[in-house]
Amino acid sequence: MEKVLTRNIGENPVPTNMAAYEANGGYQGLKKAMDSMSNSDCLQVISDSNLRGRGGAGFPTGMKWSCVPMGEKCTPGHKYLICNADEMEPGTFKDRLLMEYDPHQLIDGMILSAFTIDADIAYVFIRGEYIVAIERLRSAIKECYEKGYLGDNILGSGYKLDLYVHPSAGRYICGEETALINALEGKRAIPRAKPPFPQVSGLWGRPTIVNNVETLCNIPHIIDKGAKWFMSLGRGEDAGTKMFGASGKVKNPGCWELPMGTPIREIFEDYAGGMQDGLELKGFLPGGGSTDFLLPEHLDLAMDYNVIGKAGSRMGTGTMIILDDQTCPVGMTLNLIKFFAHESCGFCTPCREGLPWTRQVLEDIESGKGVKEDLETLAYQIGYIGAMGNTHCALAPGAMEPLQSALKYFRDDFDRHISGGCCPYHQSGSA
Amino acid sequence: MTELREKNVVRANIIQSDITSHLTAEEIQEIDTELSHVPYKSGAAIDALKIVQSKRGWISDESLRAIAHHLEMSAEDLEGVATFYNLIYRQPVGEKVILLCDSVSCWICGADTIKEKISAKLGIDYGETTHDNRYTLIPVPCLGACDRAPVMMVGDDLHRNIDDKIIDSVFGDLNEDNDSNESRLNSGVKNSSVKNSNSNSEEGQS
Repeated sequence: MEKVLTRNIGENPVPTNMAAYEANGGYQGLKKAMDSMSNSDCLQVISDSNLRGRGGAGFPTGMKWSCVPMGEKCTPGHKYLICNADEMEPGTFKDRLLMEYDPHQLIDGMILSAFTIDADIAYVFIRGEYIVAIERLRSAIKECYEKGYLGDNILGSGYKLDLYVHPSAGRYICGEETALINALEGKRAIPRAKPPFPQVSGLWGRPTIVNNVETLCNIPHIIDKGAKWFMSLGRGEDAGTKMFGASGKVKNPGCWELPMGTPIREIFEDYAGGMQDGLELKGFLPGGGSTDFLLPEHLDLAMDYNVIGKAGSRMGTGTMIILDDQTCPVGMTLNLIKFFAHESCGFCTPCREGLPWTRQVLEDIESGKGVKEDLETLAYQIGYIGAMGNTHCALAPGAMEPLQSALKYFRDDFDRHISGGCCPYHQSGSA
Repeated sequence: MTELREKNVVRANIIQSDITSHLTAEEIQEIDTELSHVPYKSGAAIDALKIVQSKRGWISDESLRAIAHHLEMSAEDLEGVATFYNLIYRQPVGEKVILLCDSVSCWICGADTIKEKISAKLGIDYGETTHDNRYTLIPVPCLGACDRAPVMMVGDDLHRNIDDKIIDSVFGDLNEDNDSNESRLNSGVKNSSVKNSNSNSEEGQS
């Protein structure tokens, strides 16, 4: 298989500097664009490539960019490109790898994306805990200024771009793009009402695009090699490759670049090595903490946005969290709900009050104090909190995804907690 | 009336001069660098909090008021920002903050047990600081190293696949006397962060 995103990241990777990145074809797309492409040419290629956002929602990147007012349609002033490097979705560990070992690839992608929407200022909004990635990005940015890839008049094209790294001060909600913009403005990271969409009124009220790290890392390759080449990389209906991963009690947890549409079984068995000895697969979250559980019967599905969607879940970030048969599904769901309840920004009532309530009900069930009616309460909460439109943003509906699917697939386990008055998994000596 | 007003003006000046002298020249310079790319001063609120915290370990009420004054915003507004973010500390913390991941992948791989062990070893629960002021223990959402769960950060260092051996090597043997503990911690831990994290992540990724 052709490696795209990880072509500079081998078995025992070393961080790629400017020389190494360029020696392997880096900044070719940038030179090509600065030399002979207009921003509408770039937008056309990205739209044609069918690239979809890799942050979790899977929104078509070209369509997102096409909403940015260009030329005379845009009032004079700054435009912004923001890289969302606030990787905080539970069980997600792909962007860290891309930034730590190939920081230039991300910067390359950011310059090209900023050029496409005619932005003059770009930010990498990165988790404060990613200390190594922050340092490597900063030194790579310095190399780019020295080479003339950033700053005034990039490669003699007349295009100007400044790039800053902004380490975050925490909070999961910063991954929501409008909350991220508020955080960048020095405010509390509370999501904004949409519309207006950031493409029209984002950072400081100016047109702004926010894209995930992995999405932006794809851009240089698409500009360099074209939309057709990118489409041909996928095995199913979606284009390109994707960082897939597996964590939990598998033999070989890790993160691998594979074609879109790779069957889950292949990732789980061939790459993750299947379950650790003595354990069976009970279920899995296909793409982070806010996706619905799937079962072993779903292993032959392809990792494509629509295929996973039809099965009742979401591909999300593509990094799977594996549930084994000795780990309590109620406990796992409780852990996720605790996380979301803690990370609620507190702005809207269903999320601020509803998630802690849900947590309390689950805590009761897990500790053996649950009653039958608790399951009805949970169903009511799922219906109320989980419905889009009842909450200010997607955090609380996302939190309901693992819960509703756990109730659907692992109902017996909930019942056993209630009828037995304790956690049956704890009794057998496991977590 | 006029007299009273003048008195208040004098009072205000005294408070203000106290506040401004509370930020060091170095802090002011670093904050002003951030101000260069924001359209209004309060836009750099989080950067300013992080700058001051990096020098002082945490944000005291005095620090908060001094930053607010420098950014021409109210202390109450800045307090709202400061208390929103989990990496801004409004209470004193130890020399190193232990950020222990309690999210789902680490939980599956035994993070609860690891927490109990660290708590027992250091004698602190979440939110508490050791008596020698060396460590503060805080839970943190997913640290993005789930393939090597359970994980934690101690200061700037990321530790993966935490087990008894790692807990012992990071926190030392509590039975040792304080002096030797001190010398070991001081030798090599400071400024080795990047190197340590590198070797960890190089070992950790495939």
